[in-house]
Amino acid sequence: MPAVTETIETIDRLTDGGYKYGFETNIEMEFAPKGLSEDIVRLISAKKDEPEWLLEWRLKSYRAWLTMQEPNWARVRHPRIDYQDLYYYAAPKREAPKSLADVDPELISMYDKLGIPLNERAALAGVAVDAVFDSVSVATTFRESLAKVGVIFGSISEAVREHPELVRKYLGSVVSPGDNYFSALNSAVFSDGSFVYIPRGVRCPMELSTYFRINARNTGQFERTLIIAEEGASVSYLEGCTAPMRDENQLHAAVVELVALDEASIKYSTVQNWYPGDAQGRGGIYNFVTKRGACRGRKSKISWTQVETGSAITWKYPSCILQGEGSSGEFYSVALTNNYQQADTGTKMIHLAPNTTSTIISKGISAGHSNNTYRGLVRIMPKAHGARNFTQCDSLLIGDQCGAHTVPYIESRNQSAKVEHEATTSKIADDQLFYCRSRGLSEEDAVGLLVNGFCRDVLKELPMEFAVEAQKLLAVSLEGSVG
Amino acid sequence: MLEIKGLTAKIDDKEILRGIDLTVPDGEVHAIMGPNGAGKSTLSYVLSGREGYEVTGGSVLFNGRDLLAIEPEERAAAGVFLAFQYPVELPGVGNANFIRTALNAVRRARGEPELDAVAFLKEARSAIKALKMPDDMLKRNVNVGFSGGEKKRNEILQMALLKPALALLDETDSGLDIDALKIVADGVNALRGPRFSALVITHYQRLLDHIVPDRVHVLASGRIVRSGGPELALELEANGYAGLEAA
Ligand SMILES: Nc1ncnc2c1ncn2[C@@H]1O[C@H](COP(=O)(O)OP(=O)(O)OP(=O)(O)O)[C@@H](O)[C@H]1O
Ligand SMILES: [Mg+2]
Repeated sequence: MPAVTETIETIDRLTDGGYKYGFETNIEMEFAPKGLSEDIVRLISAKKDEPEWLLEWRLKSYRAWLTMQEPNWARVRHPRIDYQDLYYYAAPKREAPKSLADVDPELISMYDKLGIPLNERAALAGVAVDAVFDSVSVATTFRESLAKVGVIFGSISEAVREHPELVRKYLGSVVSPGDNYFSALNSAVFSDGSFVYIPRGVRCPMELSTYFRINARNTGQFERTLIIAEEGASVSYLEGCTAPMRDENQLHAAVVELVALDEASIKYSTVQNWYPGDAQGRGGIYNFVTKRGACRGRKSKISWTQVETGSAITWKYPSCILQGEGSSGEFYSVALTNNYQQADTGTKMIHLAPNTTSTIISKGISAGHSNNTYRGLVRIMPKAHGARNFTQCDSLLIGDQCGAHTVPYIESRNQSAKVEHEATTSKIADDQLFYCRSRGLSEEDAVGLLVNGFCRDVLKELPMEFAVEAQKLLAVSLEGSVG
Repeated sequence: MLEIKGLTAKIDDKEILRGIDLTVPDGEVHAIMGPNGAGKSTLSYVLSGREGYEVTGGSVLFNGRDLLAIEPEERAAAGVFLAFQYPVELPGVGNANFIRTALNAVRRARGEPELDAVAFLKEARSAIKALKMPDDMLKRNVNVGFSGGEKKRNEILQMALLKPALALLDETDSGLDIDALKIVADGVNALRGPRFSALVITHYQRLLDHIVPDRVHVLASGRIVRSGGPELALELEANGYAGLEAA
């Protein structure tokens, strides 16, 4: 089946240029038939030449999924998803290239349009990029210099072939297939994603970055990411994406697992800008993600930073399981919703061990007719003596048609634990807008400035170049929300 | 030149400005005095384009341009600057970033090249020095946690960097200590020249010792009820506004 060919111009005409990144490339795609069955799971596994144990794992997950129900507790609404009406496998037709020179020029030019000049950016910023085009990784750079220090950074399919013992040991060890409906689905049909392994004592010499892009009509995207930091290792990982314009809703159900051993630290940053649907709420990505990190070792640290502006629906709770004594978890989040977007996002901090600490800073911005919910769980288990949590949860409303909701769950089963929760809701005040405009700023620039100010505590956690990107993204996402 | 003719304006159906006539030629500084609630701040807001004020009549021309027809940011680009009676706090927005963004927005609108961060910081540092403000003023969030006097000085800092053609100073002297008053006055005087004019709203003669106005106007109940030279301020200081409103 040929891919849909559209030019940027056409799309711009259709959308008034509203979604800057809304175009598709015309690389030919190869699809598996629609729908989900054991046969499809077998086909996916076979296409990837997977070992028997992985096929079995997928099948077990699939059977578990069949017995489960879509969760309905989140404050999001959408038409019923017909899981038999989706494709579960799509890949560019050519073989995965060995180097950048082998990458389809069409694809390279698409990345350029997205502002991701692989070669330049990688060289200039010292960032290694594992770009995921639909389901198969097509370009990886800097792998050699990473290999020198023993860092493994590549696609998970590759890791299954080259480091099966690592994958087998850790895959599903943080998010078990049966954890929830979407993780079961993902475990059955995951297409590809990134694999990172940082050996003992190694600080990863560069930031690792993956750009995602969904590019096939009706294709569910099921990324699977696994990051392991051995004792004393550290890594900063960046995930960012934009998606092409389309009418139908697209399901995305990724799973990300992080494992930090003794004194290891993992920083995982996301800027998410998938197609949110049009101003009337049509189309857009459904994003049901399970992200979880296990601080297995003592004094290990996992930090999630996310800037979420895209998707029609976001269902996402990056979490930390604090198993190691003195380990710490952090969650810094900006979730912006506009028009008819719905976000139900937050975190879970599960304190299992003594002296564990967690910090949650959440900034929710709602504009238009959108709904933005923060849902956070802080659970202190009986053995977590001296555990501490600090939660700051701020909501900003733009206009009076939108909603902001804060749903904190605090469960403390240890007397010595200290849990603090602060929450505020504010609006951009007219006098703030006028003050800015009287200085020469347009209303949109003024809102952008004020929103960035509101998010500052989170944005400053992002790596520099990501922070700049995120600031622009916030401003672009709010266009048309005032005045 | 600023020319206000027969300006009337309402808030929530309440008439506040009831026919203002006022001309400020280029290069002149005029003081506006008058009792609390007379409409002084309202006049400054209407001139700078704040929403919520309904202009029901009259006209405002600045250098021939109809100010009432354009947006607040366009007025800023045209050279209008309001030093607020109550400067607004912008949490999370760095002062330097704010002023530079504003300056570059105005420069863009005027077709001038933008200032890069280095060039801006150089200018800002020297302005800060002239205003005897602490250096960390630039790093802090706009007006957040500033003392009353610091907020007023921050308005003057913005004015010094934006270099307006028409400055509207709304009680910038209130809450300033004697030294700060002098510094603020110096800030205004430094801009004085043939292409600069200002409306200085104040309750106190002492500011006018430092910023000597070309004219003094008394605004009462939404009208200019008296105008005169600098000596009028002294007279008001001695006698108050009694008897003026009836005029
Ligand atoms: N938003 C508003 N709603 C209703 N009345 C208002 C509003 N803003 C101002 N007013 C009224 O308009 C009148 C003029 O107010 P304004 O602030 O212009 O006075 P002022 O001359 O600046 O006084 P002051 O010397 O105290 O600063 C006052 O009676 C005030 O109560
Ligand atoms: Mg006033």
